[in-house]
Amino acid sequence: MSYKALAAVLVVLLLLTVVTVAVSYVNLGFFNVPVALGVACLKVTLVLLFFMHLKYEGPIIVFSFIGTVTFLIIMIGFTFWDVAFR
Amino acid sequence: MTATPSFFTQSSPPGLTGIKAWLLTHDHKRLGLMYLYVVLFWFVVAMVIGLLIRTELMSQGRTIMGPGMYNSLFTLHGVIMIFLFVIPAIPAIFGNFFLPIQLGTDDVFFPRLNLFSWYLFMFGGIFALVALFTGDGFPDTGWTFYVPFSVQNSSNVGLTVSAAFILGMSSMLTGLNFVTTFHRMRDKRMGLMQIPLFTWSLYATAWVQILATPVISITFVLVVMERLLSIGLFDPTRGGDPILYQHLFWMYSHPAVYIMILPGMGVVSEIIPVFSRKSIFGYKAIVWSSMGIAIAGSLVWAHHMYTSGMSDVSVFVFSLLTFLVAIPSAVKVFSWVATMYKGSIEMTPPLLLSLIFIYLFSVGGLTGLVLGAVGTDIHVHDTHFVVAHFHFVMFGGTGFAFLAALHYWWPKMFGVMYPFRSAYIGAVLTAVGFLFHYVPMLILGLQGMPRRYYDYLPQYETGNFLAGFGGYLLCIGLVMMFVNLLASLRHRVPAPADPWGATTLEWRVPSPPPVHNFVDRPEIMDFPYDFRQVGDNSVSQRS
Repeated sequence: MSYKALAAVLVVLLLLTVVTVAVSYVNLGFFNVPVALGVACLKVTLVLLFFMHLKYEGPIIVFSFIGTVTFLIIMIGFTFWDVAFR
Repeated sequence: MTATPSFFTQSSPPGLTGIKAWLLTHDHKRLGLMYLYVVLFWFVVAMVIGLLIRTELMSQGRTIMGPGMYNSLFTLHGVIMIFLFVIPAIPAIFGNFFLPIQLGTDDVFFPRLNLFSWYLFMFGGIFALVALFTGDGFPDTGWTFYVPFSVQNSSNVGLTVSAAFILGMSSMLTGLNFVTTFHRMRDKRMGLMQIPLFTWSLYATAWVQILATPVISITFVLVVMERLLSIGLFDPTRGGDPILYQHLFWMYSHPAVYIMILPGMGVVSEIIPVFSRKSIFGYKAIVWSSMGIAIAGSLVWAHHMYTSGMSDVSVFVFSLLTFLVAIPSAVKVFSWVATMYKGSIEMTPPLLLSLIFIYLFSVGGLTGLVLGAVGTDIHVHDTHFVVAHFHFVMFGGTGFAFLAALHYWWPKMFGVMYPFRSAYIGAVLTAVGFLFHYVPMLILGLQGMPRRYYDYLPQYETGNFLAGFGGYLLCIGLVMMFVNLLASLRHRVPAPADPWGATTLEWRVPSPPPVHNFVDRPEIMDFPYDFRQVGDNSVSQRS
């Protein structure tokens, strides 16, 4: 991956950081948290795909990563679920 | 083949001699043996502690120790057995030694990281020892370190959980090494369905090690932070949640049970076909059930928490999921038994120990269903029934699989055979002692005797006495087996490359193997358990 492309990703990440800070000043009601999390997820995805080379890896690495994230989601989800129904 | 120098005589990296050849080694086989020595040391320590606990309980009132010491000793027994014996026993010893060979390669993917894992393991063990002899002594919280007790009491909880944190790191790095080796170092001609089942079980285990261990590490960090800074994470008066600790603890510690048992199942899947002279029944079903156990087993943690005040919806879901894990476990048991059906069975110590495993593990699994069902669990929760169930699975299961692995691969690791007679007597004594030890505990639990209690009502005395008696018998059997194996190193009856007539790749190399494992590129069979080439070449004919 060229330095130019990496720099472009960096610029997008910095812009998204600006967006995160900016939206914190706007009251979106219910959407406050979903928007903040959405921007954060987008940033994480860019870092993983380009800076951590996931985009260029074979299926085993991609599958391993997705499996790991799924596992984490289930762990957190099940725990929250218990609290929600308690 | 016999002219090839073994890994005992050649070092890796080359040029190292004496103790340096061990302490700086990159060789997975030497590391496997280094784990063997340390793990056995801890096993003996924890076994003696266990025996002291049962001796104390053999009669009512004070027998040999006071209640404070008793609380510390059952904590110590649990911590050592779990973190320093059962978790590392099969993966770190036999996994390190045989996973690369079964995959047709010369070492693990990260040999230096492998050595680092061993040092972390040693460091964690030393931390635990320091916790024992400094400050206010070893914790009396039980190996579960439940809050709020673990946050409030004055014993060395911080140091002990730090030891477990370091040991977790070691386990995680070993898992990472195995997964990478499995994918990147495997002989290119070996497809996924040509991999021996022991290696498959280690692969499934390694994923659980990688994914679940960080959770317990973080949890222990939270306990230390809570002790030092009193943040209130688990304190309801400050917005914390005490059940959160239990969730986090069991998120690791239940999958850890599968870290402990899956490699044991892998060992038995190797041994049964070899001594039945018959291809394993349901190879693919066993592979998928290993992965199924690893996945489903990671989703059942809260079945330890039915009485904790968790939501009823969670209780229902976790109970259902718990019952689902029984399916892949039963698939394996069925496959082992079906493998033996119409096989040409030849009795040897590894096979006898594997058969004992199947029986005891099945009892452990079935008593697990009693605990997985909410109604019955509430009746026997925190009683001796749980202790007995757990030991049926962990000792009857993993412990006997460990002994079976030791007897199966001993000729390969050390290049010597051992007398069968003492091994048989030791195995039978251990099994009989085991039943005398734990069956009374099942009954005591059903009668209502709680676990971790220093003293008990008169009606529980007979059961406790019998359990103690069984404990001594069990230990005598274990000592017999270990002495028999150690004596074989003195008498040195050389073992051939393939003393059992087995088919997997570790039996295609000399005993003990050379430093790079394979002198010539090994032949990869279409199916790892094809006995047509071995024929009816029995142990008795060969020896």
